[in-house]
Amino acid sequence: MTQLRTIQEINEKIAKGQAVVMTAEEVLSLVAEHGVEETARRVDVVTTGTFGPMCSSGAFFNVGHTTPRMRMSKVTLNGVSAYAGLAAVDVYLGATEIPETDPANSNYPGEFNYGGAHVIEDLVAGKSVLLEAESYGTDCYPRLRYKKEITLAEMNEAYLFNPRNAYQNYNVAVNLSDRTIYTYMGILKPRLGNANYCSAGQLSPLLNDPYYRTIGIGTKIFLGGGIGYVAWQGTQHNPQAPRSANGVPRAGAGTLALIGDLKQMQTRYVRGVSLLGYGVSLQVGVGVPIPIVDEAALRYAAVRDEDIVAQVVDYSEAYPQGLGGSLAEVTYAELKSGVIVVQGKEVPTAPLSSYPRAREIAETLKQWIVKGEFTLTEPVAALPTVKAE
Amino acid sequence: MKQKLVLRFPAAVVEQPFIYILAKEYNVVANILKANINPRKEGSMVVELTAAPEEFATALQFLQSRGVEVSPLEQQIIWVEERCTQCGACTVICPSNALWMQRPEMTVAFCSEKCVVCERCLKACPARAVEALYLAGE
Repeated sequence: MTQLRTIQEINEKIAKGQAVVMTAEEVLSLVAEHGVEETARRVDVVTTGTFGPMCSSGAFFNVGHTTPRMRMSKVTLNGVSAYAGLAAVDVYLGATEIPETDPANSNYPGEFNYGGAHVIEDLVAGKSVLLEAESYGTDCYPRLRYKKEITLAEMNEAYLFNPRNAYQNYNVAVNLSDRTIYTYMGILKPRLGNANYCSAGQLSPLLNDPYYRTIGIGTKIFLGGGIGYVAWQGTQHNPQAPRSANGVPRAGAGTLALIGDLKQMQTRYVRGVSLLGYGVSLQVGVGVPIPIVDEAALRYAAVRDEDIVAQVVDYSEAYPQGLGGSLAEVTYAELKSGVIVVQGKEVPTAPLSSYPRAREIAETLKQWIVKGEFTLTEPVAALPTVKAE
Repeated sequence: MKQKLVLRFPAAVVEQPFIYILAKEYNVVANILKANINPRKEGSMVVELTAAPEEFATALQFLQSRGVEVSPLEQQIIWVEERCTQCGACTVICPSNALWMQRPEMTVAFCSEKCVVCERCLKACPARAVEALYLAGE
């Protein structure tokens, strides 16, 4: 494959304000009109975006030393427990953690109105949260108890570190049983009452770079409204998933572990959410730029909703029991039409991932690049992948 | 029968134990949904009353005879657009298409005329962007 431009050349154009940047949605009409080859020559960068609940998220905080000093061993923030099995005043707050006092599903379906994700949102909003800490006490860290209202600005460091975000494709969830079920894919009405999906489809980062040719470890990205980085492949990263002829996985495949400074973020892109009967999750906004280094990069980035398929999975039996099996294969174009057909029945669809906000993120990232505020990075190392066919 | 009502208590009677009397004298089950009662101040309460039809009627007469203003509850669903993250999870739960998806933009919209106030959206919305407002009707 002939190289069209290097990342360094793209950055030089960005510096001069000459880079041609388009979102993964905008580029589609250009490709339809001029074809892949011509579009690849014209466009330097394609921006992607996604905004949806990403449960495997959380934040590290250094809450600052007290006087006398304390080795915090049990820590809560607004009543939500944070993991304190780290150095003295370092903690990790998981997005899905709920307060010990939450009745959870003992009052089925539980409402889960507040949890770790909401604490993170409150901090990003500039609100103070109640820090409560206990310790067993040591000679160097004698303090046993501490209680303080604390804001994000008062913390030494605060960074989002999400072990699994930006899933490359995902199941479409349905319910074949006779009762309503409450899942991380939302409320699923009985007997195929609805089908819920969760991907930005043609705007989604990893669906636009299916073999991770340009997205790698160290890639600079939009995370939660600020700047973040790809830290590692995400947990459950599975490049071996079955793929269509265009290279796009037909089911959940690659994932990203993401890191970024919480102090730069905005609540518009970092939001605590409550999934009835399931729990708390964090809606995270992620945007990844794709440098059009060659024609293939553009061909992959020009993927359309009608070219991406997902598997329809029964969440009443097949998913919880780990039985596998797909009831149907549908495209994102069909999903976005509002109705899909499963077992001969027309099933209304709903997204959990916000397409308008994904578009907004791709557009914001584009503006950052156009204005020269954001340059592209060469990956430090590649993500595990498979050979393109 | 069962009905949701808004009760308004003038300051002069607000300290009387109405709910106790309703239960003891009229066999009325009162489920208080919302209340704002303070000593010596006008108070209000949103309550669901359940009773046999004759007892229900006499219970209401009793309340009115003591100066309590009784009006049927009107509920209204408020979609808080700023809190909505435009996911769309509510749109398949709403039975009347009051919360619906504009395609191909994929934006969520709310049409209050279509809303039947079933309140299913309140908990179906992950971002909790829908609220119920209780108003006293005419």
